[in-house]
Amino acid sequence: MSDTPRFPIESGCPDGFQYLHPSMKKNFGAWAYHERPRPGVLRHVAKSGDEIWSVRLGTQRQLGPYEINLLCDIADKFGDGYIHFTIRSNMEICVSDPAKVEPLIAAIEEAGYPVGGTGPSVTMISHTQGWLHCDIPGTDASGVVKALMDELYEDFVTEKMPNRVHITTSCCQINCGGQGDIAINIQHTKPPKINHDLVANACERPSVVARCPVAAIRPAMVNGKPSLEVDEKKCICCGACFPPCPPMQINDSEFTKLAIWVGGKHSNARSKPMFHKLVAAGVPNNPPRWPEAAAIVKTILEAYRKDALDWERTGDWVERIGWPRFFELTELPFTKFHVDNWKGARHSLNASAHIRF
Amino acid sequence: MADTPKNPERHHTFLPKDKKSSKDFHSTPNLDELEKGPWPSFVTGLKRLAMEEKFGNMVVDLLGQLEHSYNTRLGYWKGGTVSVFGYGGGIIPRFTELMGPDHKPLFPECKEFHTIRVQPPAGNHYTTGMLRQLSESWSKWGSGLVAFHGQTGNIMFIGTDTENTQHFFDDINAYGWDLGGAGPCVRTGMSCIGAARCEQSCANEMKIHRLLVNNFIDDMHRPALPYKFKFKVSGCPNDCMNSIQRADMAIIGTWRDDMKVNQEEVKSFVADKGRKYVIDNVITRCPTNALSLGDDDTLSVDNRNCVRCMHCINVMTKALSVGDDKGVTILIGGKRTLKIGDLMGTVLVPFMKLETEEDYEKLTELAEEIIDFWAENGLEHERCGEMIDRIGLVNFLEGIGVDVDPNMIASARQSSYVRMDTWEEEADKWNQRKAG
Ligand code: HEM
Ligand code: SF4
Ligand code: SF4
Ligand code: SF4
Ligand code: SF4
Repeated sequence: MSDTPRFPIESGCPDGFQYLHPSMKKNFGAWAYHERPRPGVLRHVAKSGDEIWSVRLGTQRQLGPYEINLLCDIADKFGDGYIHFTIRSNMEICVSDPAKVEPLIAAIEEAGYPVGGTGPSVTMISHTQGWLHCDIPGTDASGVVKALMDELYEDFVTEKMPNRVHITTSCCQINCGGQGDIAINIQHTKPPKINHDLVANACERPSVVARCPVAAIRPAMVNGKPSLEVDEKKCICCGACFPPCPPMQINDSEFTKLAIWVGGKHSNARSKPMFHKLVAAGVPNNPPRWPEAAAIVKTILEAYRKDALDWERTGDWVERIGWPRFFELTELPFTKFHVDNWKGARHSLNASAHIRF
Repeated sequence: MADTPKNPERHHTFLPKDKKSSKDFHSTPNLDELEKGPWPSFVTGLKRLAMEEKFGNMVVDLLGQLEHSYNTRLGYWKGGTVSVFGYGGGIIPRFTELMGPDHKPLFPECKEFHTIRVQPPAGNHYTTGMLRQLSESWSKWGSGLVAFHGQTGNIMFIGTDTENTQHFFDDINAYGWDLGGAGPCVRTGMSCIGAARCEQSCANEMKIHRLLVNNFIDDMHRPALPYKFKFKVSGCPNDCMNSIQRADMAIIGTWRDDMKVNQEEVKSFVADKGRKYVIDNVITRCPTNALSLGDDDTLSVDNRNCVRCMHCINVMTKALSVGDDKGVTILIGGKRTLKIGDLMGTVLVPFMKLETEEDYEKLTELAEEIIDFWAENGLEHERCGEMIDRIGLVNFLEGIGVDVDPNMIASARQSSYVRMDTWEEEADKWNQRKAG
């Protein structure tokens, strides 16, 4: 019968090996070293003497058939027809013949895509969904990233930073965007407003109560109907109650702000992996170009570029110079909100007489 | 294949002359601002899609709704339930919440706008043929808009209605693609480029990635766990996949024996960069002071104190490389903010050799133990790391049958408020294990 539903083939994750560039296949696990001949280009040399050149370009992450065909045409004509994506939505086109590198770069740039994002550069901002598709965002993600990458374009196509800079954005406090050298994240500043008429229908009440990290939500009867109430003094405005209970509207056109965090890194190189720390908050969520957030990010990047040593990530840099100097160099205000008061906060206090003057 | 790229104009500002969709563009002054500047613009991309015949009207209205969000600074999507036949997850359903005074959608063409999560090949390797094939299917059954990739690692096919969801899936499933996870389930995995192109790789990332994810494929497609569970694989401690902060189970390649030093290359590096550079950027940056530069410009490494951080190897790529006795470190419990704040993965297995099929089997068995224990003991909506935080690492280890190891801690206990009546037994266990 033709309209019997077809059972899925549960093939899982496809084997990437079959799609490897022939040089990667041949030299799998047998690479000797790599170099960066220029920003945006990596040259890997295998023990066999083979080499592969990877040209890295920044994309807008959301691609349509036009962009896909355009980039695939370039990869077919000037590259060897293989494409690799990095975790930060950069595309890499790889070739084994060094003579193909320059024409490949020229074709990519001609098509309007920047070549860069390698080594000590500001690479593409890793981002989430935002207003384009998520159901809980306080801001857009693609828009913030586009606006910021316009400002940081020079830092993408050059390698003038002390070390690599990973920027992330998150459009709610769940923070899908992840840890970053600089993270631009939503920070709600007012408790959710409850639409009591809708709670009974739309809300999974027990799971909302369980979701609140500070136990600020209680079941309540409002106008004779089961609803919820929030102890506003306790509420930390995290927004965790909003996904299971959309009537607990946390997003607000004015009070949903941005906060900026510094010093997250996942690499184990030199220091252990670190979480990013708060440096600025109350930043207006100001589409379409978020100029206030961009200005702070650029200030931080400039201070880092001038003051950090080669190979220091932002977190390494701040640990070396200390937080007082960070606030001095960036001229960002230091407030009581920078002092952690969550469980385990003592670990972040200065229990020593180590002071720099 | 065209001879030259199709548009000699600047592509990111190029719009075709004829619009095949029937609906007029909404005015989008905010979004138009995002077409300025040198970075490729997703807005221009959306406008191009909005001119297509099929699904063009859907994208016209998507732009309208997005512009509305930019004006009001609020989002207007709500979830629902949509899945393909045979599966419980993998689709993110979206319905517009933006209704006019007549309670009808203000932007009706995108009233359904679902996303389909598809697992990319391990390591994110594609051929142009595969990309074009996926893109064609998505233009046939959906908006054409694809995100490479979501933060969990999926290829995200953004925007179609309920009916076409199934058609698209049938299409791509037939030629080798499968849905990723959504909901309380094992999620799509990620692995770094590693052995395919990186000399620092200590593992076969693609093999580990596929082994783990595909072993739990039922747990991915039929969500029944307390919450999401992610595997991520990095070939070395540079952790390019960010497994330590974002994976419930992070597999990170490392080595046990001595790192390899090519003294000739060390000498030429010193000759090239100068002693000061080498001392400032390599020797003094070692977190454990394990490096020393000789008067004759040779490098000595105190391998017993090297913590395999990768720094010196990153700087002197030709002179230094990882050792031969390779394997992986396994960490557990990394995640992002909700609900108790960010958690870093912590060491569970300091070193696991991954050479023989039995070794790989041990890895899968460990993952099974962990997921089983968490499925039984985790609260609803509690990530594995949060459960460990709640019950304590030791209870977790006992639950999954893994012995304590001093590599699991940054420092030994600081609080004396603990009962230790079974000290002798525990000390015996350690001694017995040490005796082998
Ligand atoms: C309410 C609980 C939620 C939590 C705790 C949460 C958390 C996260 C985290 C931490 C990530 C990134 C993980 C990683 O880097 O590997 C992620 C990814 C993502 N989240 Fe959420 N999220 C939640 C709900 C949602 C909702 C309601 C949406 C709606 C669309 C959403 C959309 C996404 C998307 C699109 C990604 C990227 C997915 C991918 O790459 O496949 N999340 N989420
Ligand atoms: S950060 Fe929040 S709002 Fe943004 S995509 Fe993730 S869950 Fe959605
Ligand atoms: S916003 Fe966060 S703290 Fe406030 S009530 Fe909701 S879950 Fe609780
Ligand atoms: S994690 Fe290590 S092995 Fe993997 S790509 Fe990065 S540097 Fe290479
Ligand atoms: S890898 Fe790291 S810890 Fe080991 S010697 Fe090099 S810099 Fe030191």
